[in-house]
Amino acid sequence: MPIQVLMPALSPTMEKGNLAKWIKKEGDKVAPGDVIAEIETDKATMEVEAVDEGTLGQILVPEGTADVAVNTPIATIVAEGEDASAAKSESKPPQKSTEPPAAKEEKPAELAKNAKEPAQPKPAAAKPPEPATLPDPDVPEGTEMVAMTVREALRDAMVEEMRRDDTVFVIGEEVAEYQGAYKVTQGLLQEFGAKRVVDTPITEHGFAGLGVGAAMAGLRPIVEFMTFNFAMQAMDQIINSAAKTLYMSGGQMRCPIVFRGPNGAAARVAAQHSQDYSSWYSHVPGLKVVAPYTSADAKGLLKAAIRDPNPIIFLENEILYGHTFPVPKLDDYVLPIGKAKIARAGKDVTLVSWSMGMTYALKAAEELAGEGIEAEVIDLRTLRPMDTDTVLASVKKTGRAVTVEEGWQQSGVGAEIAARIMEGAFDYLDAPVMRVSGKDVPMPYAANLEKLALPSVADVVEAAKAVCYR
Amino acid sequence: MAITDFSPVDRAGAFEASFPSPRKPHTHRRTSMTTSGDNLKRLLDLYRTMARIRAFEETALEAHKAGDIPGPLHVSIGQEAVAAGLCANLRPDDRLTSNHRGHGHAIGKGAEPARMMAELYGRASGYCRGKGGSMHIADFSVGMLGANGVVAGGIPIACGAAQGLKLLKSDAIAVCMFGDGATNRGPFMEGMNWAALYQLPVLFVCEDNGVAAFTAAESVTAGQGVVARAESCGVPGVTVDGNDVLAIEETARDLVASIRRGEGPRLLHARTYRLLGHTSTDPAAWRRAEDVEAARGREPLTRFAKLLQERGATEDALGAIRKQAMDEMVKAREGARAAPWPETAVAFDDVQDVGAVAWAR
Repeated sequence: MPIQVLMPALSPTMEKGNLAKWIKKEGDKVAPGDVIAEIETDKATMEVEAVDEGTLGQILVPEGTADVAVNTPIATIVAEGEDASAAKSESKPPQKSTEPPAAKEEKPAELAKNAKEPAQPKPAAAKPPEPATLPDPDVPEGTEMVAMTVREALRDAMVEEMRRDDTVFVIGEEVAEYQGAYKVTQGLLQEFGAKRVVDTPITEHGFAGLGVGAAMAGLRPIVEFMTFNFAMQAMDQIINSAAKTLYMSGGQMRCPIVFRGPNGAAARVAAQHSQDYSSWYSHVPGLKVVAPYTSADAKGLLKAAIRDPNPIIFLENEILYGHTFPVPKLDDYVLPIGKAKIARAGKDVTLVSWSMGMTYALKAAEELAGEGIEAEVIDLRTLRPMDTDTVLASVKKTGRAVTVEEGWQQSGVGAEIAARIMEGAFDYLDAPVMRVSGKDVPMPYAANLEKLALPSVADVVEAAKAVCYR
Repeated sequence: MAITDFSPVDRAGAFEASFPSPRKPHTHRRTSMTTSGDNLKRLLDLYRTMARIRAFEETALEAHKAGDIPGPLHVSIGQEAVAAGLCANLRPDDRLTSNHRGHGHAIGKGAEPARMMAELYGRASGYCRGKGGSMHIADFSVGMLGANGVVAGGIPIACGAAQGLKLLKSDAIAVCMFGDGATNRGPFMEGMNWAALYQLPVLFVCEDNGVAAFTAAESVTAGQGVVARAESCGVPGVTVDGNDVLAIEETARDLVASIRRGEGPRLLHARTYRLLGHTSTDPAAWRRAEDVEAARGREPLTRFAKLLQERGATEDALGAIRKQAMDEMVKAREGARAAPWPETAVAFDDVQDVGAVAWAR
């Protein structure tokens, strides 16, 4: 099924804009991050980037069209493996992919400048917007919002905390000279120097343990894993050293440390590099596990994580790094860990997800609305401690629930949510809780199999209808 | 000939080992370009292997640039001499574990490029039926136990394979390929210790291209280098110019022979240079231009071609080998592109050897 590209919004208040130019033409191959078109408003011009991979199928709105309403479909992308014949041989090669080195290189001087102005977003980096989410009650009404990618929001959170507290430092592979394998630590070395932005050899077990020791000695390390797949090498230090220290020492020794990096499936990197560890970490007492979806949550929760006296697993997502969301323009935007957010209100069924799973849940909610089913979408944001109250309050209203995650189903986070709903709202349930998850297989490499192994919007819609008996 | 019989040979323009060991007896650099007894056919075979590896990776990069292969590729362009020289001494029943940069190892070990290319394309006819991709190519029929996406992941696996071979009283050996980055990881020391303790038939091959992902290895590595680390466990090691295919071929021949005789593990430290970036999307723009330029001057195929011409090979003959290699890989690419995608049911099989229960909601 072709994927629709929607008219993006430059700001939350934008309602329409002009489609200035198509950069890609029908039949061109596109990869996530490829600029496919330019749109403009009276305030600014921005680039539309592809968020899916495939071939630009049909241009629905020709260039030069004025006053295109936000969320109008402007083109379709045909996915690879669905219809390989659609690809034309003369197509331009993709200029970027989701691999780490693909990010644009900038001159150090510019990096340093960017680092000092964390609140200045780059308008050109805008993506088609995610389906609208409700405002966060933690943001005061009337706060100015700026569009920012998740990547920039994470960087700004670290920059702000490192300025605020000189015991905070970053350690990991490629975090300094290379500016981060996924460019999340861009500019940090230039502003804070090599003492606080530390490159390591490829030694996850070693540098995770080193972070734990530094935390015990009074520093506040941020340990970046190039991906959480590689954190498997460091699992022993994370669980046995970081998570259990306070308990084992009878409360004597704290371990304030943040382990962060991309988690979950990336594109076309196969089984060893594409796995969701949400349930692995959420199993462990002593850890707090945060998994934000939006840029605002990424910023507010990472700042909270860095200040927290406990070990925090901060699960980011490679595919979300380039997504743009509004972020409140506040001097010190810190969000509470352990609090879910109602991303979309509804009365018929509750969809519970977090991180990348929210993209499926929110799109499914839009589709369901078209069929007369009003889904309430809850973004957990933190997996441990889990905000059960918010979930139960919603289920008591809707009587039905579907969980959405990329990880495997057995012993997954969805299983935990379902159990809590059963324990806390059994009498309110009108149908069994359903779990949408990644399929019960290691991640295959081929494009068509990879797509099949991941949950889809259609899976969520189908499950939601099933629990509504429709 | 035991490896301690090697005598270091100095050579004009030799690639300097940057980690000279203070304990010379087990550390050798040698050149073999003047070694007698080479026959031209054997040399041309080595050249052909190198040319095929180069052509495979250049073709795969083309396919990547054209958008045919969207995932990242880790290519070994500039390092072909190591795989070619080493694998010329291996038998199909010798086992080999590879790493993320493993196309050359697979071709050297005898894997078919057409099936490798199909795997890179994620097609049903690929070695792993489209389920593994570039980083997980395996061909058990030629003893290739698989590429591994985890740095140093293959080292203990090779030791285990060697232990199995020893218990089975086979004279086959296990070889593990890893980069300089892997030598800083725990499994390197763990594998080395175990192999020495049990005198296992394993050849450790450190393909030292000087850079771990995007970071210069020397900036994150202490001590006297990989040979000194191996020797501290009692594993004799040899450093060779990894861009000199004959040095690799002859050194590996001696090491493999002594391992087959049951003399225990050995380490081959091949100093080479990765001419391109960490992955197909990394322009490696952070490297100093003069270093890259100097490395191009030591590029193994051109160097070996020059030597072959001195030995009587004509440029036409070498050109024909290169063309044949490129034709083979272009054909492999065309075949891969035309091959069908895996059936969707394939996603759910081979999870366990009894057949996975299909995922059901």
